[in-house]
Amino acid sequence: MIEASGTVQLVGPPVIEARGLVKRFGSFTAVDGIDVRVEPGEAFGFLGPNGAGKSSTMRMIGAVSPPTVGHLRVLGSDPATHGPAIRARIGVVPQEDMLDTELSVTDNLLIYGRYFGLPVRELRPRIAGLLDFMQLADRARDRVEPLSGGMKRRLVIARALLNAPDLLLLDEPTTGLDPQARHLVWDRLYQLKQRGVTIVLTTHYMDEAEQLCDRLVVMDGGRIVAEGAPRDLVAAHATREVLELRFAPGEQGDAVGLLDGVAERVEQLPDRVLLYTTDADRTVAAVTERGVRPDQTMVRRSSLEDVFLRLTGRSLVE
Amino acid sequence: MTAAPALRVFEARARAFAPHWRTATAAAVLIPLAFLAAMGLGLGTLVDRGDADLAGGSYLAYLAPGLLAATAMQTGVGESSWPVRLGVKWQKTYLATLATPVSTGDLVLGQLLWVALRLLVVALALAAGMVAFGATGVAGAARAVAPAVLTGMAFAAPMAAWAVLMAKDTTIVAIIRFGVTPLFLFSGAFFPVSQLPRTLEALAVVTPLWHGVELTRSAALSVPPTLPAVLHVAYLAAWVLVGTLVARWAFARQLRQ
Repeated sequence: MIEASGTVQLVGPPVIEARGLVKRFGSFTAVDGIDVRVEPGEAFGFLGPNGAGKSSTMRMIGAVSPPTVGHLRVLGSDPATHGPAIRARIGVVPQEDMLDTELSVTDNLLIYGRYFGLPVRELRPRIAGLLDFMQLADRARDRVEPLSGGMKRRLVIARALLNAPDLLLLDEPTTGLDPQARHLVWDRLYQLKQRGVTIVLTTHYMDEAEQLCDRLVVMDGGRIVAEGAPRDLVAAHATREVLELRFAPGEQGDAVGLLDGVAERVEQLPDRVLLYTTDADRTVAAVTERGVRPDQTMVRRSSLEDVFLRLTGRSLVE
Repeated sequence: MTAAPALRVFEARARAFAPHWRTATAAAVLIPLAFLAAMGLGLGTLVDRGDADLAGGSYLAYLAPGLLAATAMQTGVGESSWPVRLGVKWQKTYLATLATPVSTGDLVLGQLLWVALRLLVVALALAAGMVAFGATGVAGAARAVAPAVLTGMAFAAPMAAWAVLMAKDTTIVAIIRFGVTPLFLFSGAFFPVSQLPRTLEALAVVTPLWHGVELTRSAALSVPPTLPAVLHVAYLAAWVLVGTLVARWAFARQLRQ
């Protein structure tokens, strides 16, 4: 499966196929008719703010929450009728850690592995290997409770890998982690992807989606508002560069009036103004020419954050 | 629902509990043994001077199997309340478990099997205490163990359902304060329910604990129970069965949303 170039080529039926998927809780519609198709070996992301329907979608894919309406196949089977068989082949990193904090790191993994019916003699070396992989080997015998958030998160990822899953589902894998811990998680997920594991994750971090995902959908209010590779989405929905202007308190409102037409698009946020442009240097000059004097000026590449702002009119992390 | 995943849930509880079973069992039997000493030996000598008809024996012998059944109720409620809330709400380990091939039915069955084992250990420890106090012989104490476990399960199964459905944790405190404690005191463990006012007596005899006390006492002392033993067993078994079915429904409803 792994070719000389190091890239992974897998062919086969889609790992996830959803059409018109709906999830309602009473009168509230969490997921409002989405179509998703994830191919083997892909790293696929659900990007969106809290309440967009990402977690509900993940729980349906994880065969723990039945869809209200719609067609759903996971690893070729219907979660409604083949839940246990599907769950045997997927690894789940839920949004909350759900660890038994009174038990040791190893016992958490051993007990979880037994739920899959894996024999203890097989689990012991597998646990040792996964703790090594997630850099937790020196904490194997320690209780979980005092571990840092990053360590707990890595333990949850190790737990999700116990059954050597074909599909790994991660619901906000790095929320609340410090940058170092996030990069370690990203690196491990990247290694798993290289080994051919299909990865599906949710995130509200732009950089996470851009780093990890081959393809993603942007969700808002239970619907998919855009779909594509991160780079393509940025190209389609944002300009190459963004000029960010910050003003002294009270001056932003007046300044915005002067900026009309200075860039392809002007977006006003509570604390700054974004100018979407193909040539930031020229735009800076144009802004100065109009007599606008911002406190701070910053030029950056546009990102998925800008895509989201464009598509929904709202900032992603509010 | 197949047996194997339920047994894995049972095994998981056993692995998690392994370091604690000595202290937990000691904690479970310490208070009933103190009751047995204070009321059976202390108060009992006064009672035995009177003319009470207590299954033809001493008050100590009368009290011991009653306490055994009542303790089984407390243990059954205890093991199916806080630990279930822990799994559902605080640590959410139940939700992690349900991401594996384990189904909600497996989870209920495995959890209740585990409670049955806990009850068995507590009942055996308490039965040994009964013998040590001279309340019954070894054979009588041994015969009392199974009825006590059945009594505990009659509470554990519906309690598991209630624990997963309740909106607030404090409901457990209310259940213990206004349910378990009055039952403990007034369901025939300490004195015959015929001593109660007529309406309270009628209430007492529909509680599973009264049936459990009757059954356990008759087994321990080899005296006939108030009703035929088969009726006591059937009544308690019905609580276990219906409780288990409601728990399966409740777990599926709450944890597979």
